[in-house]
This record gives sequence, structure tokens and C-alpha cells, in this order.
Amino acid sequence: MSGIGRYILQRLLLTIPMLFILLTVVFLILRVMPGDPVTAILGGRNVSPELMAEYRHKMGVDRPIPVQFVDYLSDIVRGDFGNSYSTSKPVVSEIFLRFPATLELAFFGLIFAWVFGFGTGLLAAVWADRPLDHAVRIFHIGSFAVPLFWLGLMLQVIFAVKLGWLPVATRVGGRIAFTFQAKTGFYLFDAIMSGNGKVIADVAKHLVLPSVTLGFAQAGLLGRMTRASMLEVLDADYVTTARAKGAKERVVIMSHALRNAFIPIVTVFGLQFAILMGGAVLTETVFSWPGIASFLVRSIEARDWPAIQGAIVFIAIFISLINLIVDITYSFIDPRVRY
Amino acid sequence: MVRGLIKGLGWIADKMSRSRHAMRRQTILKIGLVVVIIFLVVTALAQYSWFTPYSPTKYRDAPRLQGPSLQHLMGTDQLQRDVFSRVLAGGKASLIVAFGAVALSMSIGSVLGWISGFTGGMLDRVLSLTMDAIYSFPSMILAITLVAMFGAGLGPMIWAVGFVYIPTYFRVTRAEVLQVRETTYVEAVRALGASKFRIIVRHVAPNTVNAIMAVSSFNLADAILTVAALSFLGFGLPPPAPDWGYDIQNGQKFLQSGSWWLITFPGVMIIALSLGFGLIGEGISDLVNPKRKRKRV
Repeated sequence: MSGIGRYILQRLLLTIPMLFILLTVVFLILRVMPGDPVTAILGGRNVSPELMAEYRHKMGVDRPIPVQFVDYLSDIVRGDFGNSYSTSKPVVSEIFLRFPATLELAFFGLIFAWVFGFGTGLLAAVWADRPLDHAVRIFHIGSFAVPLFWLGLMLQVIFAVKLGWLPVATRVGGRIAFTFQAKTGFYLFDAIMSGNGKVIADVAKHLVLPSVTLGFAQAGLLGRMTRASMLEVLDADYVTTARAKGAKERVVIMSHALRNAFIPIVTVFGLQFAILMGGAVLTETVFSWPGIASFLVRSIEARDWPAIQGAIVFIAIFISLINLIVDITYSFIDPRVRY
Repeated sequence: MVRGLIKGLGWIADKMSRSRHAMRRQTILKIGLVVVIIFLVVTALAQYSWFTPYSPTKYRDAPRLQGPSLQHLMGTDQLQRDVFSRVLAGGKASLIVAFGAVALSMSIGSVLGWISGFTGGMLDRVLSLTMDAIYSFPSMILAITLVAMFGAGLGPMIWAVGFVYIPTYFRVTRAEVLQVRETTYVEAVRALGASKFRIIVRHVAPNTVNAIMAVSSFNLADAILTVAALSFLGFGLPPPAPDWGYDIQNGQKFLQSGSWWLITFPGVMIIALSLGFGLIGEGISDLVNPKRKRKRV
């Protein structure tokens, strides 16, 4: 098998023990900690112990934990994540119903983060140690300290409540929601397919504030990395050579420096995605965005064990895949990297 | 044991006096330290009723939902309490949980990192894989899951947030240990017949302290945000205790009516405190690694 094919296979095999460990940890925590789904479903107090026991038996949570675990694992291997306790529907379909919303949000959040972060980082590096650089660096460091949920609320106050330019929350406006057909679940794509200008504008407007909120912290980190990496590359001998040859500064930066400066930035992309999914919990909560992250929080509150386990495993698989893709992209940007 | 403790303290004092020269130019570090100390003092004092202009918890102590004025610098909330007084006292949970969680994860994570890195073998492989599995998962989601299971309150939050950060310390210390392990002096000590425990505690661990210190300040900055988020989602102190995250959640209900002061001011406090810890982290990183500064990172 060729190098890259073998590498991908190796990596995929390595994710299996990682997922297994994560699943074991979550499974144990859920069962060892106080609070069980039966109490959450029946609402507690005035329920007879017999009824509780009957429910426990029906849901299979009265069996020994190791038995439950083996059972659950063998179901998962067959792609069956069980049924949600709260909706009685298969967890897999609940997840796939909500995942496009999260993915759409993450995608546009990342676009904002890259454009904004990369742009500011590049500006700061080119004008290093000038006032613009100082201002950008203060902004970069400061952006780590801003709580996402607060930023989201402030944007709502300013742009939705005070100025009225953009909608406060949700994915699509009330009137349009009645007739809107979500075929793929990616609303912007669906809107464009419908060909209705009004619908497209409405969906796009709903995307702005959540994307900016989610992308903000990433923008700071990316900007900082871009600046540092760019400065390092600009000091390199080959850049001096390019300048000595008489290449224009714009050409030196855009075609000589940028590509090499990109390498370390892409590496963090994988880790970024994990942080991004964490940020999605808060962004989805603040903007009533019906995605997988807010689904997970609601499932946790309802002690919906199959839903919690399913969502966590799903998020973990997704992040591993992203990391794999990042590592493969790496070898395209830097031809010296071989697997 | 006592002798070891005295020696340890002497070592820290020595480190500090040697770094005093460098400190003189460390404006970033100084600003960060001043901010954090102000927050610690104000939050501690604000727990006493004579310090805050109004009571942070008493209902009907002020007009209802009024914007900032001279009497109420940051306005009032729907239960007729003074927002300024609540903001002054609202950092208690954040500070306790942040320090508690970082102390917890630092001690567990570093010890595991020392042992794992130094011993190697099967133990190292299993621990590394476990830590990587936890590390690659979104920490915010993990913290929420844990705190929801443990129940609300300060203790559960310390455990939840602390657990999430363990892999960070594990990775940092393990990486350092792997380097130190191969040095000649460790080989020499081993040749002298020192026990594994002695080598780890006396010769390997001290070399990882610099890295741990820098990581922990950034960690504190992040912990402040995580705690705020947990409180915002309703897993923090029970009301009516003043708390920034909870107060922002409360303010969200009155956002549509334009009561911006309810969320703005607690948020600014969170930013300032987290930024304070972040600046300390920047400063320490510059001290520990002077090359970093030259690179203008």
C-alpha cells in the first residue's frame, strides 16, 4: 500500500481505542453519578417504588453495569445507538436531524475566523512594531478573555434590539419558517436551491451574529499564530534573497512567505475544531440554534443516557475525522512531509 | 520531609530573586498581577455588607430595572437590587473554582506526567492514550457533562473543571520529563543508586516547574471563562447569590426590552479578570523563555 493510504488506515485504527476509552469514561460517569433517567422521566416524588422498578426493568438499567456496557457496545458496533428516552426515536436520527445546523454554524464561524484572524495577523506582521501592530496584538490577546455567550448577547443587544439590522435568534424568520422546506438541513443551501431571494436574505441574516460569535475567539488565536509564523518566515534567508533579487514586497509576502507561514497555522486547525464544538454549545444556547451541541445539553439535563452517549461519540468521531483530514492536508502544503 | 520542604522554599526564593532583574521590565506581568490582586481584594471585601454601597442580595433595595445613574452606577435589576453591588461581590465563585480546579488538575496531571514519562512502557502508553482521548474532546462539553452529573455548586464545579484540565498538565510535564530523562546528570544519579522515587521528585520534577507555571496562568484565564459559562447555563451557585455568569443569564430575559446594563457589566468583569490571568501567563512565558520575546510573538 502506498505511504499515504497506509497512514490513513493506521490513523483510523488508532481512533478505535480512543473512542473506546472516551465511551467507557462517559458510560461509567453516567451510571456512577447520582440522578438516573427513571427519576427524570417520572418526575420523582409521588411515584411508587414499584412503578420505578418496572420502568428501570423496561429500560434495562436495572442490570449490572458490565452487562449493560457489553450490550451497548455490541449495539454500537452494529450502528445502533439506541432510542432516546425523551423522544423514543432512534438517537442516530435525532443526531442527523440536528447535525447540519451545527455544521452550517461551524462552517461560517470558521470562515469568519479565518478571514478576520488571518487578515489581522497578516497586517500586524507586515507592519510589525508600528501602532497598527500594537493595536492588533492587544485585540488578539484580549479576544481570548471574552466569554462567547456574553459576546453573543451583546451583539444581540446592539445589532438586533437597538439597531434592528439583524434578527435576534433562530435559523429562519417566523413568517418564512412556515413555508420553508429544509431538504438537506443546511438552510442556506436549501434557501439558495429554492431560488427565492427573500428566503436567501432571511437565512443569511440569521447566520451573521451566531457565526461572528462562534468565530471570534478563534479569530484571535489564528491572528496571533499568523503574525508569529509570518514574522519568522519574513526573517528567513530565502525571503531576503527574494528581496535582493528585486522582487516587489507584495510578491515577496504573497507568494514567497505566505505558503510557508501557513504550515504551523494549519496544524492548530484540528485542535481549533474541538474548541469550536465547545463554543457551539454556548452559541447554540444563546441563539436558540437547534444544533447537536444544544441537543447534548438538553439531553444531559433530562438524564437521557442513550442520547448523551450517542452525541458524545458522534462529536468525537467527527473531531477525529477532521484531525485526520488536517494531517493529510498538511502533506499537500508542505511537500517535505511524507507519511 | 521537613528538610526537603525548607530546601524547596529556598529554591523558589532563589528563582524569584534571580528573576527580579528581569521583572523590572516585565510590564505585562505587572499589569496582570495588579489586575488579579485588585480582583482578589475587592471580591473578598465585597462579601462584607459594609463594603458594597447596597446589599447585593436584598430584594427591593432600589428601583426596578433602571439604567445606570449616580445612585446606582450600573443600574438595577428586576428584583430591585443594585447591579454594581452584585458585580463587586460576584467574582467569588469564579475565583474559588478557578484556583481550586487548577490546583487539582495541576497536582494530578503533573504527578501522572512525571510517572508516565519517567517509567515509560505499557503504563505510559495507556495513560497517554487516555489523556489524548480526553484532550481531543471539547473541554467545554466535557465540563458541562460532568457538572451536570455531579450536581450544581462550588465543589462539583471544581471537580468538573479540574478533571478537564488534567491532560494539559500531563502532556506538558511528560514532554519535559522525556527530555530530562535522557540527560547525563540523571544517568549519573541513577548510577549512584538513587531510587526511582528520589530521581523523579528531586531531579526530574523541578525541571518541569517552569513549564507548569506558564501553563497554569493561561489555565486560570480559561477556567474563569469556563466557570462563567457553567454559571450562565445554570450550574453555578444557587440564587440569590451574586455571580457574574448567573447574572448574565438573568439579564438575558430582559434583553429584548433593552436593559443592556444587566449583562454588560458582569461581562466586563469576567473579561478583565480573565485578561489579568492571561497577561500573567504572557509575562511568565517571556521570563521563562527569553527567545520568545525576541521573536516578538
